[in-house]
Amino acid sequence: MFPGLIYADEISPRFVSMNIVVCVKQIPDPAAPQSLEPSHNLNRTGKLILDEADTYGVEMALQLVDAAGTGEVTVVSMGSAADLSGVRNALAMGAAKATIISDDALRGTDALGTAKVLAAAIRRVNPDLVIAATESSDGYTGTTPVQVAELLGLPSITFAKSVTIDGSTVKVARQTEAGYDDVTSPLPCLVTVTAGVVEPRYASFKGIMAAKSKPVEQLTAADLGLSAETGSAGARQHIVAVVTAEAREAGDIHVDEGDGADKIVAFLDSIKVL
Amino acid sequence: MTINNIWVVVEPSNGALTTTSLELLTHARSLSSNVAAITWGGDGAALAAQAGDYGATTLHDTGSLNNSLPGAPVAAAIAGLIASGGAPDAILIPTSYDGRDIAGRLSARLDRPVLTNITGLNDEGGLVSEHPIFGGTQIVKAAFTAEGPGIYVIRAKSFVAESAGGAAASVNTIAVGDTGATATATITSSHAEERTGPKLEEAAVVVSGGRGLGEAANYQLISDIAKLLNGAAGASRAIVDAGWVPYSHQVGQTGKTVKPTVYIACGISGATQHMVGMKGSKNIVAINKDPDAPIFQIADFGIVGDVHKVLPALIAALQARG
Repeated sequence: MFPGLIYADEISPRFVSMNIVVCVKQIPDPAAPQSLEPSHNLNRTGKLILDEADTYGVEMALQLVDAAGTGEVTVVSMGSAADLSGVRNALAMGAAKATIISDDALRGTDALGTAKVLAAAIRRVNPDLVIAATESSDGYTGTTPVQVAELLGLPSITFAKSVTIDGSTVKVARQTEAGYDDVTSPLPCLVTVTAGVVEPRYASFKGIMAAKSKPVEQLTAADLGLSAETGSAGARQHIVAVVTAEAREAGDIHVDEGDGADKIVAFLDSIKVL
Repeated sequence: MTINNIWVVVEPSNGALTTTSLELLTHARSLSSNVAAITWGGDGAALAAQAGDYGATTLHDTGSLNNSLPGAPVAAAIAGLIASGGAPDAILIPTSYDGRDIAGRLSARLDRPVLTNITGLNDEGGLVSEHPIFGGTQIVKAAFTAEGPGIYVIRAKSFVAESAGGAAASVNTIAVGDTGATATATITSSHAEERTGPKLEEAAVVVSGGRGLGEAANYQLISDIAKLLNGAAGASRAIVDAGWVPYSHQVGQTGKTVKPTVYIACGISGATQHMVGMKGSKNIVAINKDPDAPIFQIADFGIVGDVHKVLPALIAALQARG
């Protein structure tokens, strides 16, 4: 199915060529108003965009493939295929191909179910490195990448501030409470990247045109040999209720007329901070 | 459902347990009289007194992980503990870099779902977790529907840590077991960022800057005011992503949760992702030039004005008071 990959393995030592999978998510534009459907699923009927948090991973993958000399970036995503502009954006940045697993049966899948789907799709590509964001900007669950790593039997390094490849080893500066740790792992490995790890490129006009003819493979859960355990039927958690949080009331708001700083000082005085 | 027993993953840091770990132990003992803790890193004997003080009767300890990242080996050890002696009703894990790794690994290993970003957990005839969404304007209440153990990943400062005065927990050494290739990520060196003044999560005053500051150099205004108020300097995700300040200053959904006496938001519009991390502050002061900025909807005191004028004036006024 991916003759390029097989060819590279046959003629060269495994790690001369870097083949990287980047997990991405198409999400409702966070700038638009968000709402829940009666089913408590996030309303995803509007335009979908590539999660900005994923653009860092795509950029990092492209740079690592460039540094290795050969290899390619494959984008893997689960979700609606009705709007593929987010995935096309990743292809326009320079990814070679995409796999999107889209299936009505997957609606309402929980994080572990999502991880099972992604892991099954990634396994077919057999990459040297898997990159994901630390969490999506809509669901924020933040466990899916590590669940994918465990299902694939791979080591993982989360919260990368920088990523380099040295032969068959990945070296990461990993964010910690105190600062950062230098962490190494043999490849293959999964790495999650923080925003700001690299500056994502804007897709060029040439890239946008090229993306239109790049392969986008659409799969169903059944294509991956999955069905029963995925989707809302397989989710083993449910929403009991959604309630309005206790609202904080807006307080005194003043327009600065040169006295703003003094007013703040007076307020800090009144709450005994000064 | 009676909650018979709860395990709490407690995280070591410089020979003590993290504050979030103590918060989770405190809350666990309000839900169940049978609380055990799980830790790693080789300081188990020293941590047993603190774990016991906050309510754990047993401290399961993997011992040294030889600089492996904890996610895979600690999850394997917990899975082993369950396989040999049965599962608890719930496993509480702190929302932290390593806590999240452990939760994800454990979920996949046990084939059990996980609930994350929890800010409340109550016994309502079964455990019901609370998750703020849309910037904390709404709360989702969720529960597991399948057999336990439920894996709950809980945010910092969701509960108040209180000592129970319990005796030291008894230490039970647990084996990591087979991790295949999953535990091969190794820490080769650690680096601490320099910090002056109080820690962001513990400061009584937090002064934060956002994109409204215009450029990275203006973050100095935030640092100066924080210093004058003996507080800590925070930041919105936007300026951390832009590389103006290190990630360790980030307040919000993907950063730290703070609940200071006063939070001063300067040039921060109030994106939902930021609000979740600071909404619990006792007092909120906002300075922003846009009168429609969402931050003003939750501010106790707001100045609609230009941070480039108001902040230097505030520094001068605070200096004048000595």
